[in-house]
Amino acid sequence: MSRIAARFEYLRSQGRKALIPYVTAGDPEPANTVPLMHELVNAGADIVELGVPFSDPMADGPVIQQACERALKHHVSLRDVLGMVREFRRDNTTTPVVLMGYLNPVEIMGYETFAREAAEAGVDGLLTVDLPPEEGADLVQTLTTNGIDPIFLLAPTSHEGRIKAICAAASGFVYYVSLKGVTGAATLDVDAVAEKLALIRQHTDLPVGVGFGISDAPTAARVGRVADAVVVGSALVKLLAANTQDLPAGRAAAADLLGEMRQAMDAAPKA
Amino acid sequence: MSTVSKPQQTPDWSAFPDARGHFGPYGGQFVSETLMEPLEELREAYHRYLKDPEFLAELDRDLAQYVGRPSPLYLAERLTRELGGARIYLKREDLNHTGAHKVNNTIGQALLAKRMGKTRIIAETGAGQHGVATATVAARLGLECVVYMGADDIQRQSPNVYRMRLLGARVVPVSSGSRTLKDALNEAMRDWVTNVDNTFYIIGTVAGPHPYPAMVRDFQSVIGREARAQYLEETGELPDALVACVGGGSNAIGLFHPFLDDAGVAMYGAEAAGDGIDSGRHSAPLCAGKPGVLHGNRTYLMEDADGQITQTHSVSAGLDYPGVGPEHAWLKDAGRVQYVPITDEEALSAFHRLTRTEGIIPALETSHAIAQVIKLAPQLRSDGGIIVNLSGRGDKDINTVARMEGIEL
Ligand SMILES: Cc1ncc(COP(=O)(O)O)c(C=O)c1O
Repeated sequence: MSRIAARFEYLRSQGRKALIPYVTAGDPEPANTVPLMHELVNAGADIVELGVPFSDPMADGPVIQQACERALKHHVSLRDVLGMVREFRRDNTTTPVVLMGYLNPVEIMGYETFAREAAEAGVDGLLTVDLPPEEGADLVQTLTTNGIDPIFLLAPTSHEGRIKAICAAASGFVYYVSLKGVTGAATLDVDAVAEKLALIRQHTDLPVGVGFGISDAPTAARVGRVADAVVVGSALVKLLAANTQDLPAGRAAAADLLGEMRQAMDAAPKA
Repeated sequence: MSTVSKPQQTPDWSAFPDARGHFGPYGGQFVSETLMEPLEELREAYHRYLKDPEFLAELDRDLAQYVGRPSPLYLAERLTRELGGARIYLKREDLNHTGAHKVNNTIGQALLAKRMGKTRIIAETGAGQHGVATATVAARLGLECVVYMGADDIQRQSPNVYRMRLLGARVVPVSSGSRTLKDALNEAMRDWVTNVDNTFYIIGTVAGPHPYPAMVRDFQSVIGREARAQYLEETGELPDALVACVGGGSNAIGLFHPFLDDAGVAMYGAEAAGDGIDSGRHSAPLCAGKPGVLHGNRTYLMEDADGQITQTHSVSAGLDYPGVGPEHAWLKDAGRVQYVPITDEEALSAFHRLTRTEGIIPALETSHAIAQVIKLAPQLRSDGGIIVNLSGRGDKDINTVARMEGIEL
């Protein structure tokens, strides 16, 4: 069983929902990332989503765009990100790590090389935001052969036919984008999300995560009531951005927010 | 001598792209999930209206009455004589309303937007020509219009920025990344994904996800259809060569596409070599890049070994783009079109040469095509001919040219 499946099975047995922080690898500098990953795990992260910096992050709002720019000042490459995962794995062999990013760095490295090296480094899943399953058959196959879960997005605009096809291509979990917009957008409508999740669950037994627009503990708790996993990104990255001169303070602020979310989610009445 | 013929073994160029927007390995739809359904709606509408006689009649009427088509095919006699080779014909897209080929496409897409019930138009622009052409059709149809433009391009194309504002568009400066066309495109995509219910995104070139490369090509192909008929009418044969500049590639594909099956017609796309290919400061992905994925399609890109898109440079804002339309990538690999580098210096010199010999001030983008003609014409037989796409006029560039030559306006 993959690390991701094992983690969701364990959470289910505990009646808990997964909390998934997103941070951009190498933000604001490369040495910050592995300690940050450990601190997020200690604060209650079930899975860590690590952003691969890209020069043209078309699906991201300003907060993550700037995180990419900070990381790219240090020329953080996909290979460097794999190095960070390898280092993280020295002290943590159980928390799943999902890479999130854009296709081009993976394409340039080569699907086969990437999948092999990522699996060896201890990566569990890959989410390429600009790769719909229609274009992704080769990559999905290569990832699956190497034991890496291809994670796909579902959106408010995805109709039933697409939901079905995407769930069939996905493994690990599926990621529902809670609103039409880029990362870091303002608000999400939990009732509308719940309605869409019901439709998605008719087509898959995979856990369903929800992300985009979750920035505080009360929202995390409300989303956690209807989803299997809550993804939080820009709210954490903002705290790192506010503390680029004091890296431990930035990590602590991010871990504190994540801890609040954890508490609120675990305290929320079960659905 | 070129004849109207179609050799057996050449691909059926007009059969591309395939149903998912692929030109061989290039093109496709590389976007986030949220945009997949809106792209499908667009593809469906575009295919429906392309067969709708009422839509086509309205398009033709607008192209004639509003844009001023057909544009003339003008024999540049003095330039021909000076170069001493093939006759040089200029396809005068500079005479279109708004001064460039861009309006052929914005008219088409805006009519589509209206039929799809969209009330808000967005666009990206580099030189500002596409932004002006979009703001123009939005004003005419009474649609809200927002144009994204790199902060650096706003500096170097200020007359066009003011034109867009006069036309009622909101021009939003984009300060992320390299502050040029690619970043404007990123920002327009972000707007689209956020406001997709009421917004139509008019992409200005043959790039982006399917169906844009095919749709923009189809709207721009009026250039080549007219030029082919005009040339045949005047000479009774086909030209030996076609020349156009290539930024994203819309004016080039618009000229080339109707001639692709004419095996005797050679084609040259002039890419911006900036300070020279070897300097690394250029915008010539077909000449010096490699395939990758950006802005919704797979194509040749300027990128580093890590897959990051690299900084581009060109004296001309409209060519200052690290990618190129996927159909060009495919035509390059197939060997059907030759893509050649033209430096800033060569383009500037061609700018002056055409201005002085023919009394036509070309855009700096277009000047790259003229520079290629200056190299090519003397190598061709003197009873043959070249058609060059005079994609736009150079009024917008006079500040840039003056500044480069140390002149205060
Ligand atoms: C006059 C003119 N020619 C050419 C271009 C380049 O675009 P494309 O390659 O799509 O024709 C531009 C773009 O702004 C332009 O304004």
